[in-house]
Amino acid sequence: MMASASIVTPSEPGLFERLKVNRNWLGFWFMVPAMIFLLFFLAWPLLLGMWMSMTDMRIGRGGSFVGFENYQFLLDDRDFLRATAFTLTYTAVASVFKFAIGLYLAILLNNNMPFKAFIRAIVLIPFIVPTVLSAVAFWWIFDTQFSIFTWLLQQWGFLGKDQFINWLGDPFLAQCSVIFANIWRGIPFIAITLLAGLQTVSPSLYEAATLDGATGWQRFRFVTYPLLTPIIAVVMTFSVLFTFTDFQLIWAMTRGGPVNATHLMATLSYQRGILGGRLGEGAAIATAMVPFLLAAIMISWFGLQRRKWQQGENND
Amino acid sequence: MTNFNRRSLIKGGAALGALTASGLGEWAKAWAQAAPWKPEPGAALNVMRWRRFVVAEDEAFNKLVAAFTQATGVRVSMTSESFDDMQPKASVAANTGTGPDIFWGLYSTPHLFPQRCVDVSDVADYLGKKYGGWVSVAEAYGKLGNKWIAIPVAINGGYINYRISHIKAAGFNEVPQTTAGFLELCKALKARNTLAGFPLGRASGDGNAYAYWLLWSHNAAQVDENSKVIIRSAETEAALNYAKALYDTFIQGTVAWNDASNNRLFLSGELSLTANGISIYAAANASNDAKQKEIAADMDHAFWPIGPAGKPTEIQLCFPMFAMTYTKFPNASKAFMAFLLEAENFNPWLEAAAGYLTHTLNAFDNNPIWTKDPKNAVFRDAAKRSLVAGHRGKLDERAATAMADFIVIDMFANYCTGRETAAGAMQLAERQLQRIYR
Repeated sequence: MMASASIVTPSEPGLFERLKVNRNWLGFWFMVPAMIFLLFFLAWPLLLGMWMSMTDMRIGRGGSFVGFENYQFLLDDRDFLRATAFTLTYTAVASVFKFAIGLYLAILLNNNMPFKAFIRAIVLIPFIVPTVLSAVAFWWIFDTQFSIFTWLLQQWGFLGKDQFINWLGDPFLAQCSVIFANIWRGIPFIAITLLAGLQTVSPSLYEAATLDGATGWQRFRFVTYPLLTPIIAVVMTFSVLFTFTDFQLIWAMTRGGPVNATHLMATLSYQRGILGGRLGEGAAIATAMVPFLLAAIMISWFGLQRRKWQQGENND
Repeated sequence: MTNFNRRSLIKGGAALGALTASGLGEWAKAWAQAAPWKPEPGAALNVMRWRRFVVAEDEAFNKLVAAFTQATGVRVSMTSESFDDMQPKASVAANTGTGPDIFWGLYSTPHLFPQRCVDVSDVADYLGKKYGGWVSVAEAYGKLGNKWIAIPVAINGGYINYRISHIKAAGFNEVPQTTAGFLELCKALKARNTLAGFPLGRASGDGNAYAYWLLWSHNAAQVDENSKVIIRSAETEAALNYAKALYDTFIQGTVAWNDASNNRLFLSGELSLTANGISIYAAANASNDAKQKEIAADMDHAFWPIGPAGKPTEIQLCFPMFAMTYTKFPNASKAFMAFLLEAENFNPWLEAAAGYLTHTLNAFDNNPIWTKDPKNAVFRDAAKRSLVAGHRGKLDERAATAMADFIVIDMFANYCTGRETAAGAMQLAERQLQRIYR
C-alpha cells in the first residue's frame, strides 16, 4: 500500500499524508473519537473541577484564584473531617458486608434448585428498583414513630408501647441505618456478577478435586476462590467506587443529617457547592475524593497485574 | 388520538365562549391593552414554581395563568419543583444562563445571584402605588439597594399549631406568649405524654423558622449591622440553653425531621404542638376522614412567643418571583408578574390559598379569608410581623447562604443532641459564618 502510494504520487508525500496510511498509526486514528469523547466529558470536567477548587467561585459569578485556601479551610473543618471519616467507614463496612453476603448468595444460587431462573431474577430486585425509591422506603422503615422495626419490637414485647428507637435522629443509629440500606442495595450486583464467575468454573475441576478427596471447604478454597479472584477484584473495585461516591441514598434518606453525621464527601460537596452556593469549596471537597478513588483503583490494578491471565497466559 | 367530531367541537366552542364571556376574560383583555408592559411578539414563558401544598391555591393560580395567556397571547408553560429543589435549580440556571424565564422561589434565593435577575423596579412601583404600598419585609426581600430584583408575591406564615384539648388538659387555655411560659406549656404537655416537637433537621422552611426564632427571641443574631459575625455571645448561649430545655420535652426524632415530618405526625395525632404553615389545618379540613376532621376541629394557631428581645422575632417564608436576565422576553415576564398581583386576580387566589399565602401589599388586608375562619386570623399578620433573613445584617447572598447551609439549625441541633458543648456549637457556627461573611 505504501509502495503503491509512493509510485502514484510524483513528489514525496508529507508527514501527515504518510501518517494517514501508516498501519502503525491506524490504531491511533481509530482511537481518536473515543479519546475526544473522554477528553470532553471526563478529563475536561475533572480539570475544571480542580481549577474551581482553587478559586472562590460562587454560583452566578466567577471567582478569583485563591490557591489552596479552600483546602486549608477544609483541613480544619470538623464537618469535612467527619464526612471524610464517615465516607471511609461507610465504604469499608458496606463493602465487607456486601462482599461476604454477595459471595454467599452467589454460591447458594449456583446450586441446582427448582425455579432457578426465577429466584435469580428476584435477587436482582434491590438493584433494579431506582435508588431514590428504595431510599424513600428506607426513610419510612427507619422513621422514628412509624418504623416497622420499632413496631415489630413493640409487638414482640422488647419495647414498651411508648418507646421508640430514634433511627435517623441519633447520629450513630443514622449512620448504621444508611449503611444497612447501602448493603441491601449493593448485594445483588455482587451476587449476580460472582454467580456469572462461578458458572465459568469448569465442573471437571470439581470432579478432580472430589476424586482427590477434597472437602467442601477445600474445594472452595483451592478451586473456586483462585478462579474467582479476577472477577472478585473487578467487582469489588466497582463496588468500592460506587459506595465511595454514593449520593442518592444519603440524600433521599437523611440529607446528611442528623447534625451532619451521615454526610458523605459527595453529599457535603453538593450541600456546600450547590445549596450553599460556594462552588469553590464544593469543588474542593469533590476533588479531595480523587486521591481516595485513585488509591482504590491502583490497589486493584496492581493486584490484577500480577496475574498472568492479564498478559494472555493461563493461570498456573 | 383525539377525534374531533361535530359534538366535541361544539363543546369546545362553548367552553371557549364561556371563558371569554366570563368577567376575568374580558377584564384580562382590557388589562393587557392598558398595561405598560407589552409582551414581545411571539413571546412564550417557562415558569417554574414551588410545588403546591394547597390544591385549591394551585388551581386558582393556573386559572390566572390561563387568563394571562388568553389576554396576551403569551404561552406559559408551568413546571413545579419541591421546596428543596427550587433553589438548586434556580442556582444552576443562573450559573449556566439557561432554564426557565421566571422562577417563583423561596426566601432570599434571588439574592444568591442578584446580577442575574431582571430589574423589576417598574412593576414593583406600579403595584406598590396601586395597592397601598409594600410591607417592609417585602421590600427587604424584593430589593437590592434601590433596585427591585424580585416581586415578593406572598409570604407563607408559619405559626404555632396546637391541639386545643391537649393544652387545656395540660392546664393552659391558650399558648403563652412569652418564651418562659411557652417552656412551661411544653413541659406540662410532656408530663401528659402529649408531646410538642420542632424540626432540628434538614427542614429549610420549618427548621429555619424555629432556629431563627430561638436565636432572635433571645436578642442574639448571626451578624451585626456591619455584617460582623456575632454569633458567639452570651445571648446565643441563653438561646442554646432555652432550646435544650425545650428539646428535652420534644417527641423523639426531631433531629431527623424534614419539612413534611411535623405535618405527618400532627395529622396522625402523635404530635400535639409544632410550628407550621396553615397547611396542616387546611389538609385536615379538606379531608373526608373523620379522625382528620376531629383534629381540624380540635386545633388552632398562635403567634410565636416573645422572648427577652421583647418584640415579635419571626422569620416567615417569602415567595419571591424573579425573571432571569437570560430571558428573551423580559416584558412578557414583567407583564406576567404584574398581572398576577392585580386585585381582580390576587383576591380570589389569596382566598383559594386558604391562609397558606399572606399578602405583601397592604390593600389586601381586607380579603375575606382573614375573617371567614377565626383560626386563619393570625396568618394575616405574618408579613407584617416577620423579620428578614439576616436580621440585623443585610439581606444578601451571604444571609441566603447561611440559611441554605443550615448553619443556625445545626448549631442548635449540635447542642441539643449533646454532640457539642455550647461553646463548641457556637464556635462551629462562627467559623462557618465568618467564612461566608468574609
